[in-house]
Amino acid sequence: MKELLDKLGPILRPEFTGNAESPEIDNTAYSPDNRTPLLTGSDDNTTISDKVCQIVEQKPTIGWWMFFLLSFSVLGLLGVFVPFLIFWGVGTWGVNNPVGWGYAIVNFVFWIGIGHAGTLISAILFLFRQKWRTSINRAAEAMTIFAVICAGLFPGIHVGRAWFAYWMFPIPNQMELWPNFRSPLLWDVFAVGTYFTVSLMFWYMGMMPDLATLRDRAKHPLRKVVYGILAMGWTGSHRHWHVYERAYLLLAALATPLVLSVHSVVSFDFAVSQVAGWHSTIFPPYFVAGAIFSGFAMVMTLLVPARQFFGLKDVITLKHLENMNKIIMLTGMIVGYSYAQEFFIAWYSGVNVEKFAFINRAFGQYAWAYWIMVSCNVLSPQIFWFKKMRTSLVVMFIVSILVNIGMWFERFVIVVTSLANDYTPSAWDYYTPKLTDVAIMLGSFGLFFTLFALFCRFMPFVAMTELRGVLAAATHSTSTAPDDTSGKPAAGS
Amino acid sequence: MSRDPIFRPWMDQLLKLLGAGAAVTGLYAVLMVYFGLSPKTLSAGYMPQQPVPYSHALHVGELGLDCRYCHTTVESAAFAAVPPTQTCINCHEKIAPTSHKLDPVRNSFVSGLPVQWIKVHDLPDYVYFNHSAHVTRGVSCVECHGRIDQMEEVHQVKPLSMGWCLGCHRNPASHLRPVDRVTDLDWGLDRTEEEKAAQGNEIMKGLGLIDESGLPTTRLTLLTNCSTCHR
Repeated sequence: MKELLDKLGPILRPEFTGNAESPEIDNTAYSPDNRTPLLTGSDDNTTISDKVCQIVEQKPTIGWWMFFLLSFSVLGLLGVFVPFLIFWGVGTWGVNNPVGWGYAIVNFVFWIGIGHAGTLISAILFLFRQKWRTSINRAAEAMTIFAVICAGLFPGIHVGRAWFAYWMFPIPNQMELWPNFRSPLLWDVFAVGTYFTVSLMFWYMGMMPDLATLRDRAKHPLRKVVYGILAMGWTGSHRHWHVYERAYLLLAALATPLVLSVHSVVSFDFAVSQVAGWHSTIFPPYFVAGAIFSGFAMVMTLLVPARQFFGLKDVITLKHLENMNKIIMLTGMIVGYSYAQEFFIAWYSGVNVEKFAFINRAFGQYAWAYWIMVSCNVLSPQIFWFKKMRTSLVVMFIVSILVNIGMWFERFVIVVTSLANDYTPSAWDYYTPKLTDVAIMLGSFGLFFTLFALFCRFMPFVAMTELRGVLAAATHSTSTAPDDTSGKPAAGS
Repeated sequence: MSRDPIFRPWMDQLLKLLGAGAAVTGLYAVLMVYFGLSPKTLSAGYMPQQPVPYSHALHVGELGLDCRYCHTTVESAAFAAVPPTQTCINCHEKIAPTSHKLDPVRNSFVSGLPVQWIKVHDLPDYVYFNHSAHVTRGVSCVECHGRIDQMEEVHQVKPLSMGWCLGCHRNPASHLRPVDRVTDLDWGLDRTEEEKAAQGNEIMKGLGLIDESGLPTTRLTLLTNCSTCHR
């Protein structure tokens, strides 16, 4: 296997200059008097730009093309099945009475949840001065945007008559008909809309100095123009940096409450209703923890291969990955605690329907889905108690996939089990997805990975300017820092 | 950058121009949709040419025919009947028996095939509208059809949009009058808004839409229930 990879490596992957091929260095040891560096390479202010920019500037490799074309073909499923669905109607889905919310809502909640890690990394870790965020925030924010795009697809097609999807928005109209302002479904529109707007602004604004670097390095006139427009005339003057830093801080403050609010509102879709198993006050914190949990798992799924592929082993180091694994373990335990708490409250409430709903979840007709969820979400991250496992690329990649699967099943369990066995036993049924459900779900993954592949190729994958603040050369007073070419003020400011 | 700049100072002006253009285009699109696609623009004023130049102004306004002489079912059915040719012939057997304008009416009487009148006030098929429900509770013809008694040719005056319907369903008071005055299209024109409201409130009490203290009852809220009009 390893020999095969060694042979294929040069063909699939780009050839990198510098110390891209440097061996994996364990920088996870912690000692207060001798902190290990965040970046394990010996890059300076110039070579760090070379390293990040060459991902964009080199010709796309066979490996990238394979990934892109595979994702793009899967995206084709959306191109086929979404028009099919719109033409024939939601009868082509498996939804019916009593399960009126099927894969579409499951996928919507899943994708919205995925996005949360990006915002947490970019906003909350920024406010808490967690410098390790600088290596991963750009890619994680991009992931947020793409996940929200995938999520946004589903309400639009779930309304059945997609041409009336604009009815979700409160637009003045001759019918004097408004969405129900007491309905969490409308709050969702505002929550997700705000989330997308703020995330996009934050991502784009944070990228402007790096886009300017790409512009200044560009050889091709088209690249010069496109990156030039995107960089919005960034010169790197002190005035620019001053305004930029302040705006970035403000946006971080603006995005921070969104980490908590968006998935709380999504959880209201369930919690505000009167369905047993949904009508629960624990839902907002439980959903937020689950969202961060699944989001970090998706960041891991994307970054573990990406850092190998793009030669960023010394930028996205083991320390970064280990930190993320710790968060996965923590949020996984919060989620597990919530699962347990739901059972306790169901018992403590003394309400028979409520008790039944949870016993039915664990031992009813969807027990298989429930135990997939528990084993993936609660059990699998427990392996991260062992440092050897936390720092093993193979283990963390497998666990991240398992968590993605588990969190998808969590939404499936919540949406489907409560509806399939509700108050009226005569109406009980077993929900089975149809081809259209599965194809659109896969298609949304195709959309996500296609967008991510394009992002890797055309946008600065890592925040180069921010990396300069955590370079070994910048953090160690003994080394002499070369002239700062980007105009970024000295590190630590 | 300084070697051969792609972006030149005049482009800043272009950027402002583009921004202003985008804003104006956006505003234009919004206003076009809001006013251009409004039923007030698209629907009100509809005046198709009828097969017979029948003048409501003459028959109703000058001669004083009651609406119900021709539209017989208006008080008892959802549909306000369009009169059969026989109703016309009741009078026109003797009056203007040779007028060419009445040729289609006489042809219809002889052949037995009805005159092909064109419907002016046509609601969408997904709207349930009942004439009797309105007329027998004091909603005058004029509220929806306008001054038919002054029209040479009938045309649509009101937008007949959902929002327009709801305007009355939410607050019917000033649109109500005593039931025996329903077909008097020129009745009560000199009333002030206060008088209309006061009179309407009395009628609403009578209909049980508001209680004695003037508070709305369930019956009033039912007027804006979806299935009242979409069945």
